[in-house]
Amino acid sequence: MELSTLNVMEWVGFDNYTALWEDERFWNALLNTITIGILSTVPQLLMALGLAHLLNYRLRGSTFFRVAALTPYATSVGAAALVFTMLFERDFGMINWMLGLVGIDNIDFENNKWAAQIAISTIVIWRWTGYNALLYLAAMQAIPRDRYEAAAIDGASRWQQFLKVTIPGIRATIVFTIVLSTIGATQLFGEPLIFGQGPNGITGGADNQYQTLGLLLYEEGWKNYQMGRAATVAWAMFLLLIVVFVVQRVVKRVLARRA
Amino acid sequence: MTTDSIPVRTPDARPGTAPKKTGKDTAPRGRNRALFRHPGAGRQHHAGPVAYILLGIAALFSLFPLYWTMVAASTDNTRVTQTPPPFLPGPHLLDNLGKAWQDAALGKAMLNSLIVAGVIALSTVLFATLAGFAFAKLRFKGRNVLLMLVIGTMLVPPQLGVVPLFMMMTELGWGQKLPAVIFPTLVSAVGVFFMRQYLTEALPDELIEAGRVDGAHSLRIFWSIVLPIARPPMAVLFMITFVHAWNDFFWPFIVLDMTNPTVPVALTQLSAGYVRDQSLIMAGALLGTLPLLAMFVVFGRQIVGGIMQGAVKG
Repeated sequence: MELSTLNVMEWVGFDNYTALWEDERFWNALLNTITIGILSTVPQLLMALGLAHLLNYRLRGSTFFRVAALTPYATSVGAAALVFTMLFERDFGMINWMLGLVGIDNIDFENNKWAAQIAISTIVIWRWTGYNALLYLAAMQAIPRDRYEAAAIDGASRWQQFLKVTIPGIRATIVFTIVLSTIGATQLFGEPLIFGQGPNGITGGADNQYQTLGLLLYEEGWKNYQMGRAATVAWAMFLLLIVVFVVQRVVKRVLARRA
Repeated sequence: MTTDSIPVRTPDARPGTAPKKTGKDTAPRGRNRALFRHPGAGRQHHAGPVAYILLGIAALFSLFPLYWTMVAASTDNTRVTQTPPPFLPGPHLLDNLGKAWQDAALGKAMLNSLIVAGVIALSTVLFATLAGFAFAKLRFKGRNVLLMLVIGTMLVPPQLGVVPLFMMMTELGWGQKLPAVIFPTLVSAVGVFFMRQYLTEALPDELIEAGRVDGAHSLRIFWSIVLPIARPPMAVLFMITFVHAWNDFFWPFIVLDMTNPTVPVALTQLSAGYVRDQSLIMAGALLGTLPLLAMFVVFGRQIVGGIMQGAVKG
């Protein structure tokens, strides 16, 4: 549909889709969404796994550690992105200051493509690691104790127990968190928008170096007033999600067959 | 995604049915905590010093950005933009909070967010409990199909609906108005599923039968039997829905504008360069987060328990 103004609709067939296919900005946004998605999801879930393992020990002050881990989840994306924007500031940001202490020159986290994507991923990781850790922790606590005892009798070390008892025991939850964070990653919007500071926010940096599909959707729909184009981006996001899950299924099946 | 991949813990996991535990129980104590108990003893190893150190680092990483927000909000602009960055609070906290409150029009945003999150949380709890009860305990034609449909909506990304939804809201004359944010999220599939899982296990069929014998109709049973039993998960659902509604960004950012924003939308104004003063930006970020942080200080344990008990998200 051609929808530059809301009340004028015109049937344009698949024109918007072919335009999208030929649009460099779309491929750029798609790639950015994928790279930021990987940069944020993989470390996030691995760290959550480690954190959950630690929280699963018998602890003094376990409530404190759990609530502390979950606090970033209570921080709105706006506030979190503002704080990290400042921490990642080029001239006076704390991260560059600390890098300076170990002799690394100031990094331009805003304009350097990979630095910007890492910074944005850091915001995502910060906000969601604790949440995922609690999901893992809940699943870990449901693993029957005798499985560990049996493994210990078989001479399994702590590490082997973690690999052979804990991980299989929480597999369903791992799949669940992968699904959740993949959905979250395809929709990423607030973090890059606010990290981009104002006018550059929607375009994802001066060279679109961190424009995600979410930002592109917004730019098409509410800056360029091309609702039809925005809708095609939305469909592309949905398609991306489906492709990711199909790939995941296939990989799982191949791995299972090999095992 | 199949339903069995969703780790909703059912409330039958009381100590009696759980696998044997060692003397010192790590499960929470106290009157409200039965809901948050978990089956299985898990690992019972005591944490060593290394574990405490690692956990300390994790807690530091989680809390430091918030602490530093406070530090930056309490200094002045010149100090924030110097290196090394400040690590201790300065004297200007209240000053800056006051200024940020005005510059970002946070008063209105706070009120809006309170209304939006409050109404959404209340209605989600109400409708999710009603629907959860129906799906859990009432027998009717097409129940399973309907339940699958409800769960299926979780798979559709909200972005897919944004364009038609926006047109609908404009058509209704709700553009830039709160109902546009509230109405599309009055109930969530996750909430329905969460309540259904709980009630399936926690609500004995005999109680409903007894109510029926006494001549009570479904609504009456809901009011007198279901509600009292469902109170603990309803509280959890309320808090988690409140947090999500308060922090929701994408849709409010699209449909609202700066004259009538929610808190996260108002905060984008701080990054957009209208406010040049860095410590004021941090003061605004702090203000926007304070209500939820306060909630976490008071109910943190319950929220943690709720998330561990049933993966409620969205």
